[in-house]
Amino acid sequence: MKYSDYYAALGVERGASQEEIKKAYRRLAQKHHPDVSKEPGAEERFKQIAEAYATLKDPEKRAAYDALGARPQGEEFRPPPDWARQHAGGQSFSFDDVDFADLFSRFGADGGGGARFRENVAMPGQDFEVPVEIGIEDAYHGTTLELQLSMPEYDASGRLRRVPHPVKARIPPGAVDGQRLRLPGKGGKGLNGGRAGDLYLDITLKPHRLYRATGHDLFVDLPLAPWEAALGASVEVPTLGGAVNLKVPAGTSSGQKLRLGGRGLPKPRGGAGDLYAVAQIVVPPQLSERERELFTSLKEGSSFDPRLHFAEGK
Amino acid sequence: METEVLWLDEQRVVSLPELVEVSGLTRDELLELVHGGAIPVREVQGADYVFSARVISVARTACRLRDELELDMAGLGVALRLLDRVRTLEEEIARLRALLPRT
Repeated sequence: MKYSDYYAALGVERGASQEEIKKAYRRLAQKHHPDVSKEPGAEERFKQIAEAYATLKDPEKRAAYDALGARPQGEEFRPPPDWARQHAGGQSFSFDDVDFADLFSRFGADGGGGARFRENVAMPGQDFEVPVEIGIEDAYHGTTLELQLSMPEYDASGRLRRVPHPVKARIPPGAVDGQRLRLPGKGGKGLNGGRAGDLYLDITLKPHRLYRATGHDLFVDLPLAPWEAALGASVEVPTLGGAVNLKVPAGTSSGQKLRLGGRGLPKPRGGAGDLYAVAQIVVPPQLSERERELFTSLKEGSSFDPRLHFAEGK
Repeated sequence: METEVLWLDEQRVVSLPELVEVSGLTRDELLELVHGGAIPVREVQGADYVFSARVISVARTACRLRDELELDMAGLGVALRLLDRVRTLEEEIARLRALLPRT
């Protein structure tokens, strides 16, 4: 197994007092807690901090940890032969495939070797809370995710090991950004008749090249030529269910929203949000001779002043 | 076999005992957060509280903060209210961004 330097994770000396360890944990936890911090990697950093603190705050676990000796972070090692006898409840203990975090996670609560833990007490399985990012098309049609989780598990001979826990999770149509789903029983296995844990999915939507989502409503930019906006037009608009024709009324200005009812994301229990096409008047980047003539003629023949309101209140 | 998927939104409701079971908080802790206004009640049926399933996430967050930041109930109440304000503001920013043209 790979050694984890818990003192380094908390930024304290090996001889730090319990109070210093507690203070260091609180300072780091407040900064990196995933419910508070949105910094990339905060969740992973917090896991390391929490794992370190869970062991070092408990004098019994800390003594067992210290007995492993100081080693470089990540070094492959096996605990000394008598370590399990002295610190893990006197049990014979196999360290094959054991994750370093698992070595201490249930230490103490289960008598070290798992004996008390395995006896009679029903324990619910571990819940998993997993952030997942899906595309807007996936939210529209629904999708199936194949998640590769891993969980600590006791085998038949009572050895604790981390095992792969693949989960297939079907996300029905209708998820929105920030949506949370619960899949009962899809978490870790329960022990001694305890119920299986649950899987929670925290969904975010990936940015899309065309659509912007807010709840079940979608927004799409609708570029219009000046004459389409002025005279009105019928234009083709892409929607997640296929292109539709949209009637642009005469006199449409930039920023005006044209609603296509029910063309947004589906709602879980029926119905759908709307799609809003946001008009954007776009002029040709380079005018042909003829276009220049026509625009000049329009300029000379029109009394329209788009800045008339600047003068109001003078 | 198709897995049951539960939408944790305003449409689905949960009882107080269900919330205790899935959140990891005790009944008394939940009631303290409810009475302090940090966990909203959807309706009161006799002596029973009914919540929208959205609060499952809120209650689970409270449990994590209690365990991992060692917050007391007063601290939890404040943290949950602030997180709710952050969430509301983030939703508002996302809504306003959706209105802005991309170019």
